Amino acid sequence: MKIHEYQAKEILRKFGVVTPRGIPCFSVEEAVVAGKALGGPIAVVKAQIHAGGRGKGGGVKVAKSPGELETYARQIFGMQLVTHQTGPSGQKVRRLLIEEGADIKKELYVGMVVDRGTQRVALMASSEGGMDIEEVAAHTPEKIHTIFIDPTRGLLDNEADEVALKIGVPPTLVPQARTLLQGLYRAFDETDASLAEINPMVVTGDGRVVALDAKMNFDSNALYRHPEITALRDLDEEDPNEIAASKFDLSYISLDGNIGCLVNGAGLAMATMDIVKLYGGSPANFLDVGGGATTEKVTEAFKLMLKNPNLKAILVNIFGGIMKCDVIAAGVVAAAREVKLSVPLVVRLEGTNVELGKKILAESGLPIISAINMADAAAKVVEAARG
Amino acid sequence: MSILINKNTKVITQGITGKTGMFHTKICKEYAFGAQCFVAGVTPKKGGQSYEGIPIYDSVKEAKAQTGATVSVIYVPPPFAAAAIDEAVESGIDLVICITEGIPVRDMIRTCYRMQGSKTLLIGPNCPGLITPDEIKIGIMPGHIHKKGPIGVVSRSGTLTYEAVGQLRELGLGQSSCVGIGGDPVNGMKHIDIMKLFNDDPETEAVIMVGEIGGGDEEICARWIKDHMKKPVIGFIAGVTAPPGKRMGHAGAIISGGKGTAQEKLAVMEECGIKVTKNPAEMGKTLKSVL
Repeated sequence: MKIHEYQAKEILRKFGVVTPRGIPCFSVEEAVVAGKALGGPIAVVKAQIHAGGRGKGGGVKVAKSPGELETYARQIFGMQLVTHQTGPSGQKVRRLLIEEGADIKKELYVGMVVDRGTQRVALMASSEGGMDIEEVAAHTPEKIHTIFIDPTRGLLDNEADEVALKIGVPPTLVPQARTLLQGLYRAFDETDASLAEINPMVVTGDGRVVALDAKMNFDSNALYRHPEITALRDLDEEDPNEIAASKFDLSYISLDGNIGCLVNGAGLAMATMDIVKLYGGSPANFLDVGGGATTEKVTEAFKLMLKNPNLKAILVNIFGGIMKCDVIAAGVVAAAREVKLSVPLVVRLEGTNVELGKKILAESGLPIISAINMADAAAKVVEAARG
Repeated sequence: MSILINKNTKVITQGITGKTGMFHTKICKEYAFGAQCFVAGVTPKKGGQSYEGIPIYDSVKEAKAQTGATVSVIYVPPPFAAAAIDEAVESGIDLVICITEGIPVRDMIRTCYRMQGSKTLLIGPNCPGLITPDEIKIGIMPGHIHKKGPIGVVSRSGTLTYEAVGQLRELGLGQSSCVGIGGDPVNGMKHIDIMKLFNDDPETEAVIMVGEIGGGDEEICARWIKDHMKKPVIGFIAGVTAPPGKRMGHAGAIISGGKGTAQEKLAVMEECGIKVTKNPAEMGKTLKSVL
């Protein structure tokens, strides 16, 4: 789960991380009032959307007067902000963060993720603040310093200090950097984060180490024990289809093709998308109905796929293990009747009770195209989508 | 022969009185030699009861002492599953298979840390389990699609493993053992660990390795195969069409920072002499071509 910058900063402040003073705003009027409340000569207007790259897309502006602040707030609030992470249609800006300006002397990078290889949280730090860390990793990997944190001891003083010095924090400010890094780790650990990034972490002219930007993502498997984090979820930032799917415990991701895929199991669902592409088609979605698909779940899955105006055909690919093919066949028939299916439907069933399942499909009277294996299914659905 | 488990393996089921635990224990017990393999269940405070004739104990330690079991399978709900693994490890179980999906990564980081230096092997979590056909099935896979034979199967996915097994069956090829290592980012045994066991197993003649986007385990395994594997290996990686930054069902199936793409994995596997197919309908056929 993702949250906004201002929310991440609120969390980090609780763990002792220093951030600029700032006020989240939900209208231009609020932004103007916030600027006055902050009172400094310079204020920064920052679009709050979940995607990165906001500055380059015109979503972050430095205002040198109250008049400028209002102008920028009007420009940014409500705009469709397009960044490399939003896709071409962009994301509507519904929240702003008004922050005091900072006298930046140095921009650095610090971030934390779970490293799969070492099975620990990795602290990555670099002197190249403000840049995309993936770019730094690709072109100048020697500028990234990584520490794998012992889960029982946390980030040690000497580890934090060493990293701070390596990325160019002035020696007199190392204690401040240590507080920030250790606070970042404790925040990561105690909130079950999956990613925490401060980019840039800045050294200011008046000798402070400050988190100028902040990003946090959370492990969705752990949200059950963090109601305070779950409350920060902003549904406006999420794909409405994916939200609808999650209500029925379906795992759904929208793609840009025209062949809907309904599959049991994540690996088989990905493989089904792959084979559709391999046979010249284009998948409209990833959809895993899971191990215990009921008629209700299958019906909801069909409804979701049919919302897509580009949809030209649907492929159902089920390898029944615990889920019996006759149950899924009955679900498909019921769903197809209820939603008044408007596109060709190709069904491939395999596994437990497959003959019974095929019989149910054949006797339904519905125009279901039956396939004998994955290759046959892919070929048939691609042909059907071409009309 | 087979890897990790056979008809003489004695298994404890942790979480045997939950809905999932009951359902799958019954089916596993009915499979091949299951009746002699599934010797104990564990549910705290339900010691002294029994399920399907299987005695239930309060703790893994007690169950192990009473039955001599060396393997445990876990169906405990996610908030308590990592602690269940810890209990099995502390009780000196040789092999723990954790089926549970949805365990917080933070819990698994601590559990894997505690397991350092212990003799216990872990498969999963978030996996279908493993099967040695016609002998023993520990997990949620459909037993009837499998049959005994010379092919090893290792995979991060459940149903995609069944797909591979189904294709082998069509071609008349049975399996020595099939292992689902699971779809979580922080887990137990990796492709490479299972591959080493297949390499040493005299009954295994060739291996199907099924991977998916996310992480670098397939690449690590491929490099090991290049230097050490004495048997042919074929591979498939799911997710060529997966968009970056999106979690594709499995917690670990995500392309992050441009890393962990299917294309990258396939390229390394090919470089290392593994015959790969981009067509998931041709895993069986590709395997047959290298025999």
